[in-house]
Amino acid sequence: MATTLPARQTPHATGRAGSAEPVHRADVAVDAASGMLTGVDLAVRTAGLTKRFRSGQVAVDGIDLEVPRGSVYGFLGPNGSGKTTTIRMLLGLVGPTDGRAWLLGEPMPDAAARVLPRVGVLVEGPAFQPYLSGAANLARLDAADATADPRTSRRRTGDALERVGLAAAARKPYRQYSLGMKQRLGLAAALLRPRDLLVLDEPTNGLDPQGTREVRHLVRELADAGTTVLVSSHLLTEIEQVCSHIGIMSRGRLLAQGERSVLTDARPARVVVTTTVADADRAAAVLGSLGLVDVVRDGAVLEAALGTPPETVSAALVGAGVPLLGLEVRRPSLEQLFVTLTGEGFDVAR
Amino acid sequence: MSLADAAVPTAAMPSGSATHAAAPTRVRGAWGRLLRSELRLVFGRRRNIALLVGLACVPLLLGTVLFVTRDSALGGQGPGFISRVTENGLFLVVAALFMCLPFLLPLTTGIASGDAIAGEAQAGTLRYLLAVPVSRARLLGIKALATLAYVACAVLAIAVVAFVVGAVMFGVGDVTLLSGTTVPVADGVLRIAGVAAYVALSLTGLVAVGLFLSTLTEVPVGAMAGTVVVAIVSAVLDTLPQLAVIHPGLLTHHWLDFAEFLRLEVGWGVLGQGLAVQAAWVAVFGALAWSRFTTADVTS
Ligand SMILES: Nc1ncnc2c1ncn2[C@@H]1O[C@H](COP(=O)(O)OP(=O)(O)O)[C@@H](O)[C@H]1O
Ligand SMILES: [Mg+2]
Repeated sequence: MATTLPARQTPHATGRAGSAEPVHRADVAVDAASGMLTGVDLAVRTAGLTKRFRSGQVAVDGIDLEVPRGSVYGFLGPNGSGKTTTIRMLLGLVGPTDGRAWLLGEPMPDAAARVLPRVGVLVEGPAFQPYLSGAANLARLDAADATADPRTSRRRTGDALERVGLAAAARKPYRQYSLGMKQRLGLAAALLRPRDLLVLDEPTNGLDPQGTREVRHLVRELADAGTTVLVSSHLLTEIEQVCSHIGIMSRGRLLAQGERSVLTDARPARVVVTTTVADADRAAAVLGSLGLVDVVRDGAVLEAALGTPPETVSAALVGAGVPLLGLEVRRPSLEQLFVTLTGEGFDVAR
Repeated sequence: MSLADAAVPTAAMPSGSATHAAAPTRVRGAWGRLLRSELRLVFGRRRNIALLVGLACVPLLLGTVLFVTRDSALGGQGPGFISRVTENGLFLVVAALFMCLPFLLPLTTGIASGDAIAGEAQAGTLRYLLAVPVSRARLLGIKALATLAYVACAVLAIAVVAFVVGAVMFGVGDVTLLSGTTVPVADGVLRIAGVAAYVALSLTGLVAVGLFLSTLTEVPVGAMAGTVVVAIVSAVLDTLPQLAVIHPGLLTHHWLDFAEFLRLEVGWGVLGQGLAVQAAWVAVFGALAWSRFTTADVTS
């Protein structure tokens, strides 16, 4: 899937410093009349987007989001890092203190009436009329959509309910739904009609592992059909696997964004060698001679930053007569990336 | 059945960067569709139905009391409209509206209008309506219309039940006006309908106040209570002679002018003045509600 995306080989740190740098890229069109970046090939773009609440809290601090069309963009960050506030600004629910935002190439919130019918959303959990059934709630949202065809309303609400596995509970009042069912109804609302972009804020909240897997599957299915998906989570690993792109938020700042593989490859992987205690010293010497740094020894297990291909390491060890009981390459996790970027653990909320 | 293996095919969409779909076009009759949905929501809600039933009980109770006591020493006592009910059932409509006007109708208006925006904000459904998208001005307009419809329905419920109860218990005949002149029953019914219409229109200013308060908070009960308090404070201020200067502009000052319909020569000028004051309140608080709601951050 990544091959269909505009190449972006270097993960770039963004934020205040990044936004000042001139952008000359083919995938961002420049409006000839205004000379402004319109970002036609980015499904979501923001420039210096900032929100300072009246309380004085800067919830979002000058972020430059770039979500390529066709991507699955994982918008990750701990609780309170500003993900929901960013999404609210994208949708025109909250007015930015500074900066601008575009959805599907059009400025928000000015183009809301044109753009939002093409955008399915789930913001900060599902919310519906408690006394209406799931089906009646979807019908109400559909009735609110001035561009939705009333003749197909019944079929579309039925299809959406079916798709999230709620067909059997369609006539039940919403207040009798379990947390997982509510979340599913929220997804059904986002799928009421074909969308070009889905913005899903914490769609796996309240779901059990099976439900989480189903959401991942649904996201992948939609992405395969060409829908761009912006999906946020405060759990790094939960949706990481389906994402082609990742943006990492912390304390209102977008610390890094880019293709997931590029982001995680930016830090060297580590190699873990298991030998015998007697041969550990010799193995350490071999690793040193290969130029590997940061060698850590723990009994018979050695660990080092992987600066050469792993097969070179195994060949050298075997060549030196070191009994090689095990060799493992550990790719850096997003969690480690986050710790590197922020100097703190992921689970910190403000 | 699961998210994963639902049998429904993925919605057909061109893939990748080919999804530069044209902007969706508006379907005709979209306004009416949303308004119907909103009316279904308001009139389908159990609390709102119970409130209407409660209001409809007022003329029933009042009629029963007057019927039971009509031959006792207590008969014929009370304010003008009430003492006439036993002579002519049509007056039960006026008497019931008169009794509901100081508190029950403002309460009904407060509940309906205070809930309009704040209720959606509290439930979290406001953000989803706006993201559909529904423009904020349109949503406010729809909410105002549905609230007005509900308040009108409340007045109508009182009037219709009073008419039926009055006719059954006391009979309907030619109407003796406040001046003592008698007019034919058809004329009398028209005048009574005028009373009900004026009472309903007298509540429009309060609807606007309630809508404005509803845009200020995510707690509907707060907006409801605030609206009722506004009506009560207005009524209290109206009793202070020291404030006579501001009396004509008060929200509730002209509410009892419906009595004009019961004079031989209906004082259209007086009624017009009352409606003009309501229009002014609607204009001011409608504008406040609009400016607040179209600019406020929706963080609920
Ligand atoms: N309406 C508000 N008023 C003041 N501060 C807010 C408001 N909404 C959110 N915040 C603050 O902004 C920060 C970001 O919140 P949010 O965007 O919800 O984060 P996330 O979705 O990443 O958990 C938090 O510190 C939160 O307390
Ligand atoms: Mg959030």
